[in-house]
Amino acid sequence: MSAPGVRPARRLLVTGLATYWGGRLAQALESFPEVEAIIGVDTTEPTREMGRTEFVKVGAQHALIERIVRAAEIDTVIDTRLVVDSTAASRSDTHENNVIGTLNILAGCAGAGSPVRRLVFKSSAHWYGCEQDDPAFFTEEMRRRHPPRTQIERDIVEAEASVADFAGKRGEMTVTVLRATNVLGPGIETPYTRLFALPMVPMILGFDPRCQFVHCDDVVRGLEHAAFRDLPGVYNLAADGVLALSEAIGLLGKRPLPALPPWGTGLVAGSMRRAGVPFPDEMLAQLRFGRGLDNRRLKATGFRYRQTSREAVLAQAEELRLRGVKAAAGEPYRYEREVEDFLRWSPHVRRRPGPPVGPDDAAMFDPAPPAEDP
Amino acid sequence: MSERMPVSEPPRARARALPAALPRDLLPAIEPERRVDDWGRSERLEGIFDRTAVEFLYRYLFRVEAEGLEHVPERGGALLGANHSGALAGEAAMIARSIREEHPARRPVSIAVDGPFGAYPFLSMLARKVGCVSTHPANVHRLLHDERRLVLLFPEERKGTEKVFHRRYRLRRFGGDRLAAAAMRAGVPLVPVCVVGAGEASPVLASPGAAGRIAGLLGLPLTPTLPWLGPAGMFGYLPAKFRVRFLEPVETASTGSDPELVNSVAREARARIQAGLEEMLAARRSVWFG
Repeated sequence: MSAPGVRPARRLLVTGLATYWGGRLAQALESFPEVEAIIGVDTTEPTREMGRTEFVKVGAQHALIERIVRAAEIDTVIDTRLVVDSTAASRSDTHENNVIGTLNILAGCAGAGSPVRRLVFKSSAHWYGCEQDDPAFFTEEMRRRHPPRTQIERDIVEAEASVADFAGKRGEMTVTVLRATNVLGPGIETPYTRLFALPMVPMILGFDPRCQFVHCDDVVRGLEHAAFRDLPGVYNLAADGVLALSEAIGLLGKRPLPALPPWGTGLVAGSMRRAGVPFPDEMLAQLRFGRGLDNRRLKATGFRYRQTSREAVLAQAEELRLRGVKAAAGEPYRYEREVEDFLRWSPHVRRRPGPPVGPDDAAMFDPAPPAEDP
Repeated sequence: MSERMPVSEPPRARARALPAALPRDLLPAIEPERRVDDWGRSERLEGIFDRTAVEFLYRYLFRVEAEGLEHVPERGGALLGANHSGALAGEAAMIARSIREEHPARRPVSIAVDGPFGAYPFLSMLARKVGCVSTHPANVHRLLHDERRLVLLFPEERKGTEKVFHRRYRLRRFGGDRLAAAAMRAGVPLVPVCVVGAGEASPVLASPGAAGRIAGLLGLPLTPTLPWLGPAGMFGYLPAKFRVRFLEPVETASTGSDPELVNSVAREARARIQAGLEEMLAARRSVWFG
């Protein structure tokens, strides 16, 4: 097993703090005592409660990142901000965030005398696309044989190209790219979680694609794994096991509905989309051809997935059953600058020893910080 | 994980096009609850298919007789390379069945299929569920080297199914020498397989190059039943007697993968299959009864 050099991160910057990944990751990083500072930036306010993470609101283009990075002497930047769902925002917002935002973040980490030593970029398996002549398992060094077909793929390919370019130019910095496959699990909303929430799951007639998933906790752990280690290059982030879509639907306890015709799929999907069924463009090819990723490269660095694809689907099934109950139970978190400032800085707040960790997160992470590798 | 097969790692130069040597022990563990494997092969559907259509063809229509099964290794990866002679490639299922049925280890075989494998509705879905994979080099390599399975490949590619009747047992050029290259890269033995009978079971009356393309037949060959009976013509086989012979493996593990050697291994495999075919044809007295 290759033991990558360990240079523990102490001062971290998390981009996309208001996104699911940014928020989850910052919460997770707070539990490491050797982390001195966690700064989170985003264009909107955080959606999760955090203990000691500091939030800085920035403009959509992340143009002033460099000043934050230098002022706080950030050594590790974790970029979780990429939008991988074309229905999440408008085309131009997505493009601005994914392509221009990435360029500006890279520029913020560059420059003479930059304190940044490590950059972790969360990308997506959409980079590989989805075609009928694909290999059954993509490995990291494979190239795409076809140009990207959808807007989101184009953006991701472009963003990754600038990251690769940056990594090539700045050899002294460790640049890690994590390509995550479709994510399932409690709390996250992705095209697949929306698809699986439907009473019957639509499929394309005559196709039963292979689909692979990864549990959201494993993605957070993967980002955290990369944040504390020197892992140069690209790594797939996908759980063990590739399911047939019909198998996944069976695990969810639902029935498949082959409502999409094999020809003219786009047209029918378009009209179903207008009727409220969530079909992003990038999903249609997956419903036809499926996609599998080889996850051994990341495992070879010592990372272990806690859940297989099958277990991620089972977790999603449980989430779907509990959804109504959960929605009624708790009040959602609301960010208010004054309250957060008071909690962090007021001398009247009695601080408990140790960083606050949510009850469901506490059990999830390795108790020992990742300094065990020689 | 001890293995008697000597396994050589692919050299760096070739590894660029293929997955770099990834540790085998990090392959996903098999989940016993599942009835579909990571390649999309469905135990259930394969079982149904095997008990019905394949059983009928194997036992009653083609009355397959297999010999030389001792040349198929009991453990570890091996690449089986067979000749194509008929239009409808019934031989793939027959070879796989003979190993599953008559080989002492009863090993499953993955069938590498050419062409736009994933594109046809129903057909590609069923093919994958009964154990076919596309011939992408990375797929073949993973199956052979990492998962140590048996893979059946038809090295003549599409040209094999386009051979007109009178040339049915004449081997075409082995496309890109991918048979030899795949086996050598994976460091597994290459077992040549000869099949006699398929050429008569679904004779090719005209290849698509000649008449078919003009008729716009989507590249399907003309057979006694295709395209006259529509999709049902895909299952129109004549009751020819099948004989399958597994030949002594061409050892590839020690030869590395320099292009010279790839060519010589490919030539040797091709010559052995051609010689085997001629021997079997000479011994055959009747097309229908063997």
